Amino acid sequence: MKRVVITGAGTINALGHGVAETLDAMANGVCGIGALDIRDVDRLSVRIGAQVTNFSPQDHFNRQQISLYDRFTQFTLLAAKQAVAQSGLEFSGDLARSSGVVLGTAGGGVITGDDNYRSVYEQGKNRVHPFVVPKLMNNAAASHVSMEYNLQGPSFTVATACASSNHAMGQAFNLVRSGMATTMLTGGSEAMLCFGGIKAWEGLRVMSKDACRPFSADRDGMVQGEGAAVFVFEDYEHARARGAEILCEVVGFAMTSDAADIVMPSKQGAARAIQGAMRDGAINPADVGYINAHGTGTLANDKIECAAVADVFGGHTDALMMSSTKSMHGHLIGGTGAVELLACIMALRDGIIAPTIGHRQADPDCALDIVANQARETPVGTVLSNAFAFGGLNAVLGLRKF
Amino acid sequence: MDAMGEPVKENVIAIIAEQALLEPGDVTLEQTPDDLGLDSLALVEAIFAIEERFDISVPFNANTPSQNAFDITSVASIIDAVQQLVDEQNP
Repeated sequence: MKRVVITGAGTINALGHGVAETLDAMANGVCGIGALDIRDVDRLSVRIGAQVTNFSPQDHFNRQQISLYDRFTQFTLLAAKQAVAQSGLEFSGDLARSSGVVLGTAGGGVITGDDNYRSVYEQGKNRVHPFVVPKLMNNAAASHVSMEYNLQGPSFTVATACASSNHAMGQAFNLVRSGMATTMLTGGSEAMLCFGGIKAWEGLRVMSKDACRPFSADRDGMVQGEGAAVFVFEDYEHARARGAEILCEVVGFAMTSDAADIVMPSKQGAARAIQGAMRDGAINPADVGYINAHGTGTLANDKIECAAVADVFGGHTDALMMSSTKSMHGHLIGGTGAVELLACIMALRDGIIAPTIGHRQADPDCALDIVANQARETPVGTVLSNAFAFGGLNAVLGLRKF
Repeated sequence: MDAMGEPVKENVIAIIAEQALLEPGDVTLEQTPDDLGLDSLALVEAIFAIEERFDISVPFNANTPSQNAFDITSVASIIDAVQQLVDEQNP
């Protein structure tokens, strides 16, 4: 078994157009959630979201590229560019053949779908742009990353709703750990802040119209976000041999299925995933200093997640910190675990624990140290990142300071 | 009655009965969603059906079931709440 390290990171999300800006915002408890600026917002009952602002595709891509890149692909390519640049890797020869890309997204090119449905159904047009299919397919982002960086090894896309990125990064971890790949670009992306993307979520009646307040007794739902984060997962020996800067080590991963309900989470399923990741990474409960929670701000998730953590950690529960950064960058659905991994890296490298902002009232059902409102400076050696998806599919990663 | 002259009570009971997999005659006014075996998903679906049936908008957030303006304590309270919304929004 190979050791797996992270040697590059990149992101674009509501908190920033890069890792430094995002971590700075997280450390300062900045809220990226605001009024949605999208077409037909007046027909929505949910009018807030964590949108990527000050972003113009023309600043980054040419006309031909824009005709092929949905917004979720654009976000992915920008994040991948930063990650690859930081890693210092150039992919050619054997390295290109043994490197790949596995990304998570729940919806893929939702905006492309929305725009084109509008054009054929609402405007009555009988013709759509020839690139609709290659633009909206879920694997478009992974494929464009592979082409951009000449990644010829195992490459695919994982779609497990809100756990997509964590599942993707877990696959990347295992591909490098097993020796099937030397390096993997991995993470995830989502861009569904459009009329249809939000209207569908409204129907479930789990969205807040006000703010995302995970673990707060007065929480009233989730808030959608958008963006991407991409990382370079690399065989430690390969990274060491070339003198690469190592951000942290990926040590454990587990995935479980609740096999129970299409929307309600299960404490047992979540707890088994957390336990599994710890067993996989030989992580003792006392080692874990921080958990980046799934923490959606819904009634059901937060209560069940806290109960699952308490079950797994028992007497160690009070010694660990847990926060939900979704309060700041929103819920990026299939991309959320990737952006949240940045908070984990900040905890390990800088000893800064990102807060759960918007927290107003303690909830006895969430009686953990949820790092309310203010970041905390505390060195931690091992962290976990939780993701629990609709459909009962859970994926938890364990990372260690390097 | 709603604007179409349809009895609110019978229609609400029919919608609830369908979600609870019961005959309308087996649904009583005192029953709670729990009594009827309605989980949160069934409740959200019933509210959607009510909105569609009466052409109204029902204020309901599944995260704050006890704080909603729409009282779902019992079948009777749901009927009253629907009647009120019909009177307000679709007289």
